[in-house]
Amino acid sequence: MKKSSTTVQEPPGAVVHRSTPPPAWQPRTDPAPLLPDREPYRVLGTEAVADADPELLLRLYAELVRGRRFNAQATALTKQGRLAVYPSSTGQEACEVAAALVLQEQDWLFPSYRDTLAVVARGLDPVQALTLLRGDWHTGYDPREHRIAPLSTPLATQLPHAVGLAHAARLKGDDVVALALVGDGGTSEGDFHEALNFAAVWNAPVVFLVQNNGFAISVPLAKQTAAPSLAHKAVGYGMPGRLVDGNDAPAVHTVLAEAVRRARSGGGPTLIEAVTYRIDAHTNADDATRYRGDAEVEAWRAHDPVRLLEHELTERGMLDENGIREAAEDADAMAARLRDRMNAEPELDPMDIFAHVYAEQTSQLREQAAQLRAELDASAEPADDAPGQGEAR
Amino acid sequence: MTTVAATAAKTAKAAKPATMAQALQRAMRDAMAEDPTVHVLGEDVGALGGVFRVTDGLAAEFGEDRCTDTPLAEAGILGTAVGMAMYGLRPVVEMQFDAFAYPAFEQLTSHVAKMRNRTRGALPMPITIRVPYGGGIGGVEHHSDSSEAYYMATPGLHVVTPATVDDAYGLLRAAIASDDPVVFLEPKRLYWSKAQWSPEAPATVEPIGRAVVRRTGRSATLVTYGPSLTVCMEAAEAARAEGWDLEVVDLRSLVPFDDETVVASVRRTGRAVVVHESNGFGGPGGEIAARITERCFHHLEAPVLRVAGFDIPYPPPMLEQHHLPGVDRVLDAVARLQWEADS
Repeated sequence: MKKSSTTVQEPPGAVVHRSTPPPAWQPRTDPAPLLPDREPYRVLGTEAVADADPELLLRLYAELVRGRRFNAQATALTKQGRLAVYPSSTGQEACEVAAALVLQEQDWLFPSYRDTLAVVARGLDPVQALTLLRGDWHTGYDPREHRIAPLSTPLATQLPHAVGLAHAARLKGDDVVALALVGDGGTSEGDFHEALNFAAVWNAPVVFLVQNNGFAISVPLAKQTAAPSLAHKAVGYGMPGRLVDGNDAPAVHTVLAEAVRRARSGGGPTLIEAVTYRIDAHTNADDATRYRGDAEVEAWRAHDPVRLLEHELTERGMLDENGIREAAEDADAMAARLRDRMNAEPELDPMDIFAHVYAEQTSQLREQAAQLRAELDASAEPADDAPGQGEAR
Repeated sequence: MTTVAATAAKTAKAAKPATMAQALQRAMRDAMAEDPTVHVLGEDVGALGGVFRVTDGLAAEFGEDRCTDTPLAEAGILGTAVGMAMYGLRPVVEMQFDAFAYPAFEQLTSHVAKMRNRTRGALPMPITIRVPYGGGIGGVEHHSDSSEAYYMATPGLHVVTPATVDDAYGLLRAAIASDDPVVFLEPKRLYWSKAQWSPEAPATVEPIGRAVVRRTGRSATLVTYGPSLTVCMEAAEAARAEGWDLEVVDLRSLVPFDDETVVASVRRTGRAVVVHESNGFGGPGGEIAARITERCFHHLEAPVLRVAGFDIPYPPPMLEQHHLPGVDRVLDAVARLQWEADS
């Protein structure tokens, strides 16, 4: 390189912009406070448990036991043909229960299809919660009455709804937080990205809880994302990411409560990844042995959310054999009631399929409804070629 | 719709030339002034007033919370609108161009269209989805699609499209007032079409679902909507020289479909041509022709014909005039209606 006599020699490696100053750029946010810890947050087996509210711990335990029993009962109902399908959350009960208990009455829950338990733990009639899965209607309850959005079957599409609702509530000056649930697979969907981006830009009072249960049907997390963790994705949106042990119910509750508090006080959204495991298959239609080994499942069984909390409470003298038995009996009674009610045939009116397409039926739908009515009436009449059938009875 | 008339009276002004874009802006403005739950959101709708200036001045008048510039993400725009509607708002969303709306398709089909149904009426979706659509403005690719057939194929959505300045106001008011989601297709080549218009006198708010006879005639019916209305009106004028007296029906609403008006017209004239610029195959014209045939078979003197865009991806702007059905193509079809004599 030819050196001019007027040029001051720069140290090697220096970048020199003589004619163009660097652009006036500053990072928007210091990423450091947004980054999740390297280890999932835990309460059970740590010193943090001393700070936990004993009443909450016992409540969480009771709900976990009921939740486990609910999953078993619902799975049994699929085998009896009473449910079309049931995506079990066995192994993930801590996330489900904590999500339900952390919300206040005016808050909204946005569940995915696997979150029946969260919906029931929030207080919804289980039969209404199972309506979708039984197949007698798509949503069995009034979302506004219970502040629970319909269980969403498309992945991650409920997340922007949570953002829009929380945004609308904030514009109105209402004290409402929206908690949206999504799985690890759902984080790959475009709607996940758009929802988080909108939430952060609008500073909406939303909490996103990713239940990372290891698999999207059969696809493991390693094939789902190359991110350090799903919680790390938060940084790119400018919101804090938190990692939590998803099988540690008080830990999930603590992290959620902190995020809900933050949202409620105007601090904006949080992304939480709960590391957990789906013990059962994706649904009863899935064969999990094709994509994962017994050893892996057994390792997670050793980290079971119900046993973890039970162990802690027993160790601390807050729970004894009687208490464990009572919780189990309570859960059994709940399951028996559910079984009885689900064994009753739902009353269906076929004409309902036209009732709620539009506020006012179009002339086209009126014609089609008349056609179905006529078909129903015809099939209800005794057949012409079976004379005397009425008398025979 | 007494509230609409009341607003119109308050702002009475003499009729003067106004564009369709101005009428649409006025419709949103009046709706926002009357109803605090009406919110406009979309990309560039705020300070810029929309790339077609249809939301001009709304952010200044109502604030950024009522007319909101969103991140550039159509699924996010419509998805958050769903949540806003769940909380009792009436969102009016803008999808900047027809082909930009496709990322929002899942929200539209899986949630917007179905929410009322899946919740047995508990969660209506009073969302208006404004989509500037169609060609003829020299737009580059992805800026000229006619996507109405996709929307028509989705139960739960209303699909409307104005062709006049007056209807632009009236139909948009009706769409915003509707408790159901309305895909509001704005023919962008008519944005700058002008008419003597003032918000008070011709500000009729039609219920969604009614077609209108724009021109009466006896020889044949041209069934059309949106950007093709002006083509059909011109064709009807030109056809007079050939001794054809054409009736022109402007559908205005594709869903619900006004069978009554269309059928009455075709039974009078005995001949029908459906004219639109979106693709013919699998397009709206096939459905419309089938409906006419089912209801008017014994009145028809000729098969129902379609004049539509070719079955091609929308062509580059320097070639679009070869794709878009023009007056000559409509007149050729009218000539083919002398079917009985030819066959």
